[in-house]
Amino acid sequence: MMTFQSILFDSNNHHLIDETVEAPVFFNDLNLDQVINAITSGKQDYKLEPFFYDPLHDVETIQYRHEIMQDLENESLMEKIQYFAEKMVIMRRYLALIEKLDFKYHREGWFLEAAGAYSEAVVGLVQGLNHANLRSRGFLALREYMNHYANSDGFTLLLADTKNLQAALSTVKYCVIIKNRTVRVRRYDEEIDYSKEVEKTFEKFKQGAVKDYRARLAIGAGMNHVEAQILDCVARLYPDMFASLDHFCVQHSHFIDEIIRVFDREIQFYVAYLEYITKIKQAGLEFCYPQIATVDKEIYDYEGFDIALATRRISENLPVVCNDFFLKDKERIFVVSGPNQGGKTTFARTFGQLHYLASLGCPVPGKQARLFLGDRIFSHFEKEENIKNLRGKLQDDLIRIYDILERATPNSIIIMNEIFTSTALKDAVFLSKKIIERIIELDLLCVFVTFIDELSSLCEKTVSMVSTVVPENPAVRTYKIVRKSADGLAYAISIAEKYRLTYYQLKGRISP
Amino acid sequence: MKAFLMYKDQDFNLEQRLPPNENALIQDLELNTLFNAMACGDRFMFDVVKKAVLGSIHDLDTIRYRQDILRDCLKNPSIIRDIYAIPITALENKKKQWLGLGIFSSFPSAILNESLKMMEMFVDLLKKLRSIADENSHNFESEGFKTFFAMIIRELNDEYFLEIQNHLKELKFRDGVMISAGLGKGNEGSDYVLRKPKNRKRNWVKEIFSQDHPVYTFSISERDEYGARALSELKDRGINLVANALAQSADHIDNFFKMLRIELAFYIGCINLYEQLAQLGEAISFPLPVASNERRHSFIGLYDVCLALTMKQNIVGNEVNADHKDLVMITGANQGGKSTFLRSIGLAQLMMQCGMFVPAENFVANLCSGLFSHYKRKEDPTMKSGKFDEELSRMSSIVDYITPNSMILFNESFAATNEREGSEIARQITNALLEKRIKVFYVTHMYELAHSFYERNMENAIFLRAERKTGGRRTFKLFEGEPMQTSYGEDVYNTVFRTLPTHSLVSI
Repeated sequence: MMTFQSILFDSNNHHLIDETVEAPVFFNDLNLDQVINAITSGKQDYKLEPFFYDPLHDVETIQYRHEIMQDLENESLMEKIQYFAEKMVIMRRYLALIEKLDFKYHREGWFLEAAGAYSEAVVGLVQGLNHANLRSRGFLALREYMNHYANSDGFTLLLADTKNLQAALSTVKYCVIIKNRTVRVRRYDEEIDYSKEVEKTFEKFKQGAVKDYRARLAIGAGMNHVEAQILDCVARLYPDMFASLDHFCVQHSHFIDEIIRVFDREIQFYVAYLEYITKIKQAGLEFCYPQIATVDKEIYDYEGFDIALATRRISENLPVVCNDFFLKDKERIFVVSGPNQGGKTTFARTFGQLHYLASLGCPVPGKQARLFLGDRIFSHFEKEENIKNLRGKLQDDLIRIYDILERATPNSIIIMNEIFTSTALKDAVFLSKKIIERIIELDLLCVFVTFIDELSSLCEKTVSMVSTVVPENPAVRTYKIVRKSADGLAYAISIAEKYRLTYYQLKGRISP
Repeated sequence: MKAFLMYKDQDFNLEQRLPPNENALIQDLELNTLFNAMACGDRFMFDVVKKAVLGSIHDLDTIRYRQDILRDCLKNPSIIRDIYAIPITALENKKKQWLGLGIFSSFPSAILNESLKMMEMFVDLLKKLRSIADENSHNFESEGFKTFFAMIIRELNDEYFLEIQNHLKELKFRDGVMISAGLGKGNEGSDYVLRKPKNRKRNWVKEIFSQDHPVYTFSISERDEYGARALSELKDRGINLVANALAQSADHIDNFFKMLRIELAFYIGCINLYEQLAQLGEAISFPLPVASNERRHSFIGLYDVCLALTMKQNIVGNEVNADHKDLVMITGANQGGKSTFLRSIGLAQLMMQCGMFVPAENFVANLCSGLFSHYKRKEDPTMKSGKFDEELSRMSSIVDYITPNSMILFNESFAATNEREGSEIARQITNALLEKRIKVFYVTHMYELAHSFYERNMENAIFLRAERKTGGRRTFKLFEGEPMQTSYGEDVYNTVFRTLPTHSLVSI
């Protein structure tokens, strides 16, 4: 029998997340901070960040997560999980609320609601799992666990008690009569709805929608002593019902299962990620489950994109440019050059993001991908220029680069973006060559964005990539990064054709 | 209760989206002159007539429905203005007492109080409307007004006014408030509903003691401010819905008045225009509209109403029979009245299609499913593209919306290039439009264009020419005639330059 432990880790490779961990240093450079913020925003209560700050180092666990993600891409299972999560959120909110309440029957009422939300969460999840066509080891183990739990005596009793009590309380109906400072409470006796009568009188004037004058009278977590006194009167009108409620709260004081509690948080890692990429997919972009390379470095990604940039562009209804890359045989290093503002940095970020997201076990931007599971990712992006202290800046940069090269292994990934742009050209060429030679020696995967063309053809490990422009109008960028520059074609058509106003064009345009 | 004076069975929508070519039509047909004359400085009325005139209707029944109502209005202008004064009074009272904001409070008890006051004010005005209906309904013949008055007399009867008074009294709650409730989440009271005891005659506060049901009672002490507030909040919950119901009813009555104001504003605008034209001695008549798939356009004495209003004088009208024609091509002398004629065509069409009278002694035309205008424009300094580009791009956006049985007015279009190219493009465009059953009025000085259509001897085309009397004096009248090669630009040149003293020529 499989024993269910965690939806994030397969039980053989289980390890505890370090909850105190901070974002990796390259997050900022690669704009992954924006991505993870967007993914986790709206889910702060789950504290999901540690899950996203902790890359995996074994293919097995990545596979475990891929399977779960794939199961979750089934919409009906996803809906069930969302339903479960919503109910658990509600349950927690009610339980937290009780701490702040003063009146006994008020607290007991909310405790009953919390138990109700929990029961619905569990029943819904079991149903969802049983109806789903599950393939992942994680979900299969969870299903087994949940069925066992749902059939346990403890839970079946909780469920029955909750339902009965809720049904009983919903039948309560009473009248309150307020005159000056005196309040009378008695059972309701079929009195007429006076508001409706007034509405009926004026019905003939109804025209379209009008302002809603209903005051938003604080609904929900609140009960003042007048309402509490009324509730006490109601309890006296229905004595048996309220005695059962007292009993319920004692008997079921600890109703939450620990494994379910943990699952509720951990599954949000997947939910949050999938929700995030759904919006991107709706804009027509693709995601795929990458193959993971651990030994060879033949990697590729077709129609990849910068996930942070894509998010921003989509929110502004702007198109997103995708790019392809591949490395084969001895190729290790992309040397990216070409006109500025042409998408070079974006390409570098994309490369880094893809590898990081792959190491979390997530689907990545692209149609098809094979990515390398490295030991670490390093990035060096030039910091904001500080004119006052160029020498100091160069020194800082070199110290940081040195540090990276010291720690990097052949299994690391390095992203170098436009270094030495404010250095004298001669120095820049010299330093860049030195650094890229070091990188070549390490035989690691690297993207090296530079304005120095000659770096692109140093040896068989480097691949030249160029940002491109529209040939007829070099001011227009395509944001395509290609292995070599391509020529476009200019076209000229008659001015009327341009406005689609020729006889034939018009005949087609005016319908029918 | 609905006024239904613009449509037999629907409200006039003041928020309606105007056609995308709204601005072009306003500019090309100088519609603001018409709107201003109708509105007489009233901004609200301006807005209404603008929406009505530009929001053409496309069914003959509605046009006839409005024409009949308008006939009644022209016969009884002072009664119409009396009725119009009622919604205006409502509006002014609201401004005075409620700062024009309406009921604006977040507390149900305050909302209820304000609603009671406003309702009392409205009831007085409704009574006034009823008495106008009682006294004058027999003077009206149109279906629209007959229905309107009948509705007022039927719905606002004495019994009904009594029912309202009773509610207004009851809602002051002299005997206390009775509210029913259930238990919601957390055992919090929910579904508060204001109740009226079943037997109104007895004092129900006492009555409940006599029943078998247990009753539990408590009181809030005099010093318990917080408790008192809690109690009034609870009361607010109880009267929340009824306060809403009354406030919304007040709004509905308010909206009834607003709608009455909107719909009457259109007719008042028509009365205003009628009176001004009558003063100028200009004729008007109710047009005879025919279905949009027919091809009719014949009229006597059709004049440009905007020109008449601007010049404040009687204008020469044109007589044309363009029945069964799809293409009307107008050529001839500059300043010979071509543009004026084209404008009068557009204006009459819009006026007819909103139910108005037209500036003509007699007018028959088919409806069009959309009216479009394409006039040459002055060079726009902010425009990056050239003038010809601009013309074509404007044409292209017209094509985005134009449909068969539409009508388009071209005024010197596509002439921003040389005549050969301009004619060729205009020819292609016109041919395509004609084949798509779009009626084309084309004013042009491009001889090559006009001539090429003339040579084709088309049955569905008519050619009009701006008349030129010998000696260069123009009559501003058009007659049927073959396009001619010159546009008499020389005449205009001479007229202009002769009237200017020579020294001013130097200073220009």
